[in-house]
Amino acid sequence: MEFGGERVLDGINLYFNDKEFLTLLGPSGCGKTTTLRIIGGFLQPTSGKVLFDGKSINDVPPYQRQINTVFQRYALFPHLNVYDNIAFGLKVAKLPKEEIHQRVDEMLGVVGLKGYEHRRIDALSGGQQQRVAIARALVNRPKVLLLDEPLAALDLRLRKDMQNELKRIQQVMGITFVYVTHDQEEALSMSDTVVVMDKGRIQQIGRPEDIYNEPKNAFVADFIGESNILDGVMLADYKVKFFGRTFKCLDAGFAPNEPVDVVIRPEDIDFVPPEEGHLTGTVTSVTFKGLNYDIIVDFKGFKWLIQTTDYQPEGATVGIRLNPEDIHIMHKSEYSGMFGDYSSYSAEYDELTEDAEDEEE
Amino acid sequence: MKKFNRVVTVLIFLFLYAPMLVLLIASFNVGKDITEFEGFTLMRYVEVFQDRSMLTMLGNSILVSVLASAIATVFGTFSAVGIYNLKPRMRKAVMSLTNIPMTNPDIVTGISLSLLFVFVGSKLLGQKESLTFWTLLIAHITFNLPYVILNVMPKLQQMNPALTDAAMDLGCTPLQSFFKVTLYEIMPGIISGAIMAFTMSLDDFVISYFVTGLDFITLPVEIYNYTKKQLEPKLYAMFIMMFLLILVLMIVMNLLQVRQDKQKKRREGR
Repeated sequence: MEFGGERVLDGINLYFNDKEFLTLLGPSGCGKTTTLRIIGGFLQPTSGKVLFDGKSINDVPPYQRQINTVFQRYALFPHLNVYDNIAFGLKVAKLPKEEIHQRVDEMLGVVGLKGYEHRRIDALSGGQQQRVAIARALVNRPKVLLLDEPLAALDLRLRKDMQNELKRIQQVMGITFVYVTHDQEEALSMSDTVVVMDKGRIQQIGRPEDIYNEPKNAFVADFIGESNILDGVMLADYKVKFFGRTFKCLDAGFAPNEPVDVVIRPEDIDFVPPEEGHLTGTVTSVTFKGLNYDIIVDFKGFKWLIQTTDYQPEGATVGIRLNPEDIHIMHKSEYSGMFGDYSSYSAEYDELTEDAEDEEE
Repeated sequence: MKKFNRVVTVLIFLFLYAPMLVLLIASFNVGKDITEFEGFTLMRYVEVFQDRSMLTMLGNSILVSVLASAIATVFGTFSAVGIYNLKPRMRKAVMSLTNIPMTNPDIVTGISLSLLFVFVGSKLLGQKESLTFWTLLIAHITFNLPYVILNVMPKLQQMNPALTDAAMDLGCTPLQSFFKVTLYEIMPGIISGAIMAFTMSLDDFVISYFVTGLDFITLPVEIYNYTKKQLEPKLYAMFIMMFLLILVLMIVMNLLQVRQDKQKKRREGR
């Protein structure tokens, strides 16, 4: 897919299974919305094919596809009330009045908006508008429902509620959901399959657990949760060397002495007394996060983030042990060296990037 | 400074409305001389409705204005949609092209249209009388079009483009999505465009003067012919009534605007 000569999607090859909850996850501008718009038929790919039940639908306009969309800011029709918004697709399809009435009524029940039929759209809260948008799409009984950051405009509490709600609706209706988000937590908690995208390319496809536990490269490791990413060398199968020490690990199949990226999740690290540790370092900062402390530890000039309930004061010398299952090995990629160093870590950092992402499109 | 501003404001309004005030007083005057108020009467207003020829002219004017503004509204709305769907650079170029006729002096527009009509009518169609009701109507549609486009375009730009996507997503062809969704969104622009076109048509003299034939004369043109003789006081009453008609239309337009702004605020407030 190209825009004005610029390649925005490259080598996207995706399968959607029936009744699957699939999420396209990635930062702003990674091409996830573009992918969705191609599936919906609003954009023509410059090359490549979109298949639906094995048939190419490249030339099928959006209004003839058995696909419906929940748009980013809902795009409800302001001149129609709740009932007429939901009935819109059915009326265009010229279904009999009784059937329209019965199906709209049923949908109102599914999204919990019974009694709101005659409300104006601008008299609804954000969460309610969201439900109308979902009902308006689902009432047409599409085979696939596309959702473009449907929860981005809601506040945190409502977002959590709607996540459960969406998952429930997907299971009740038994149709394929293709969900776009930049929120990794949302992706992990709702999806059957997560597709991590960046720079118009798919970085990894897998179940949420696999994506989290076995990230394919430094980008995925950093984007999904927090990661310490170190340079290492794979000495042999199950043996990796970093920081001048050899560690046992669970990974195999690398070339002998292949340089690799080593990922260690901050929550997998346990403190031990310095003399028992594989590595020793100095605590340089401690932030209380509620559930845990975010502790930055300096190991020979490389700063690690460690998430633990075990308080350590600033300036303390600590030791850590790394078990084989805590160490994950990845091939080197174009992202190596870009992520996973917490030298410039500050507590506000997270919030700043989140705000920036919210401004997408 | 504040006082000065207030004084200036009052003076400006006085200056703007003094002529109308004089006209208003003159329309109630028993005598024919504007310099002397001889007594109050409503006779002038009654006379207007007794003057057959003047009523015919008024009818002509309204007929042309209604037809021209209605046709211009339909064409203008569709061309605005067409222009809106152009690529941004092309859109800008076309918009400046449609705006130029509005700033063109009326007399230039009038004479050039007249030349065109006479050329086409007598040379190509071999008509004896090439200036008729139809040329007048075409001329009015022509100068009304830019006003409609100018009123509809901002509404299209303000519209959430996802709305038409949503309509198509729900099974509408592009044409259906225009009639079921876009039309409602841009309706306020269409209405204000139509009203503006109507008022422009109703009070146009310069262009009409050059493009109309002898068999179909609009009120402003007829009034101009009156002024060659001595002015009759019933004309003053006529003017006041025209002024009131335009005033009412303007108030309607403003009320529509206010209602829209309120709706918009309510939508954004959520």
